[in-house]
Amino acid sequence: MSERRAAISGIGQSQVGRRLGRDPMELTLDACLDAIADAGLDRRDIDGLATYPGGWFGPRGFSGPGIPELQDALRLNLSWYAGGPELPGQLGSVIEAITAVGAGLATHVLCFRTVWESTAQGAGGRSGIGASAGGDGAGFRASGILEWTLPYGAASAAVWIALYAQRHMHEYGTTREQLAQIALTARRNAARNPKAIYREPLTLDDYLAARMISTPFCLYDCDVPADGATAVVVSRADRVRDLRRPPLRVEAVGSALRGRPSWDQFEDLTTMAMRDAGAMLWQRTDLRPRHVDVAELYDGFSFLALAWIEALGFCARGEGGAFVEGGANIALEGELPLNTHGGQLSAGRLHGYGFLHEAALQLWGEGGARQVAGDPRVAVAAAGGGPLAGCLLLVRD
Amino acid sequence: MRSVVSTLPRPDFRVLPLVTERNAHFWTGGAHGELRFLRCRACRHWIHPPSPICAVCLSRDLAVEAASGRARVASYTVNHQRWIPGFEPPYVVALVEIEEQPSLRLTTNLVRCALEDVRIDMPVRVCFEERDGVWIPLFEPDTETGR
Repeated sequence: MSERRAAISGIGQSQVGRRLGRDPMELTLDACLDAIADAGLDRRDIDGLATYPGGWFGPRGFSGPGIPELQDALRLNLSWYAGGPELPGQLGSVIEAITAVGAGLATHVLCFRTVWESTAQGAGGRSGIGASAGGDGAGFRASGILEWTLPYGAASAAVWIALYAQRHMHEYGTTREQLAQIALTARRNAARNPKAIYREPLTLDDYLAARMISTPFCLYDCDVPADGATAVVVSRADRVRDLRRPPLRVEAVGSALRGRPSWDQFEDLTTMAMRDAGAMLWQRTDLRPRHVDVAELYDGFSFLALAWIEALGFCARGEGGAFVEGGANIALEGELPLNTHGGQLSAGRLHGYGFLHEAALQLWGEGGARQVAGDPRVAVAAAGGGPLAGCLLLVRD
Repeated sequence: MRSVVSTLPRPDFRVLPLVTERNAHFWTGGAHGELRFLRCRACRHWIHPPSPICAVCLSRDLAVEAASGRARVASYTVNHQRWIPGFEPPYVVALVEIEEQPSLRLTTNLVRCALEDVRIDMPVRVCFEERDGVWIPLFEPDTETGR
């Protein structure tokens, strides 16, 4: 498979936190220069650039600078670049870079993702999509996918994904106590991550007593908006031998979209596009789910991580609740250490890239107090919910 | 969960859709008391969201047709967060599957139903809320079908 011509050679991350008030370009530069140095490269070596979802896209704080700004700031000599939102999830931008490297269009591609949603949110609560439609924005009319949801107050992915979680509970008997384990595990791991946003202990009682957002989701089922930038360098696997790090080979990717690309028309209400991306990943490798040492799975909402666990075949369809029950399987010392940095639920919503960063860190044995024991060599990183899904299987040989 | 007598009286504010030539049948069918969709005249597939082609048989011979308005709750959530000023929680957001073609779903609000009485699989029927010439399809318990 051509993705094996690519490897992760370096990672970088800016300061991460709440309401940092820092220029998103500065965060981006911090992460990107960190990643280039981490790989043992110089900026003159970077000949490819990829980002999701492109510059200043979406609501305020959802993205930072795009390709042209970064190219200009660092005066990069690019042979290839791509930035945009219509990809297999947030990590789709990394999959694009892998594809470009495999095709010989670039040698070292810098991939980055910047968010500053916490600063953008300010002191107020988390607002809905189209929240400004009231008051000053009274003339606003919803179109595109929002046409079918905003008139009903379904103004957040929390609502859209809650509908899937509820259906999963209905069909398979999944419980809130089971779902809670995704959040509680993330918090336990975050306590060992100095960069995580929420590190204080969280109990099942705290979880069950928290205010509801959109049933069955309570506050702790929803990730925490953050400021921060993350970067990774994707390199040609035959050009990494002299670099600083042992390369992390891209063993397989999943990028499929086979169902309807919609939050409400997808045929199966207990899974999402991740079903097909996950299946595709295993079709491209001889490795099996039992070989995975670390799983970093998107948890923008707790249920998404559970759905990824099923989609990637770590348990059978519908058995995600039983798999995470009690938390033993997904604990740091468990069979499938999950979201070892604290996930987006506790470490902060770095929007997909945080999972890849953590997967690489674990494979390099640099997880510090949260390092998975036993010299992990195989990690999966996955991101996306609803119609967005992309995943990568990384191997340190 | 605390009991709330009724869900969603007419909210002070709703975000309205941008009505265009392509979707007007859906957003104004309520003026005639009808839940209207495009339907393929060749293979009879109901099409939603509106598209100029039937995704099943690729026919472009489509016509607007009224569905019965009867549906079934495929999933729901009781929303407690105030996302949009003027659209005050709690309220029920549901996914309903229309009787004629369950694969066709609508995101909607359930009305005239206590929050604690909402169930997956419950039969519902369409009703409408008019604002500025837009007829928003909503759903209420269908007590007549007795299913």
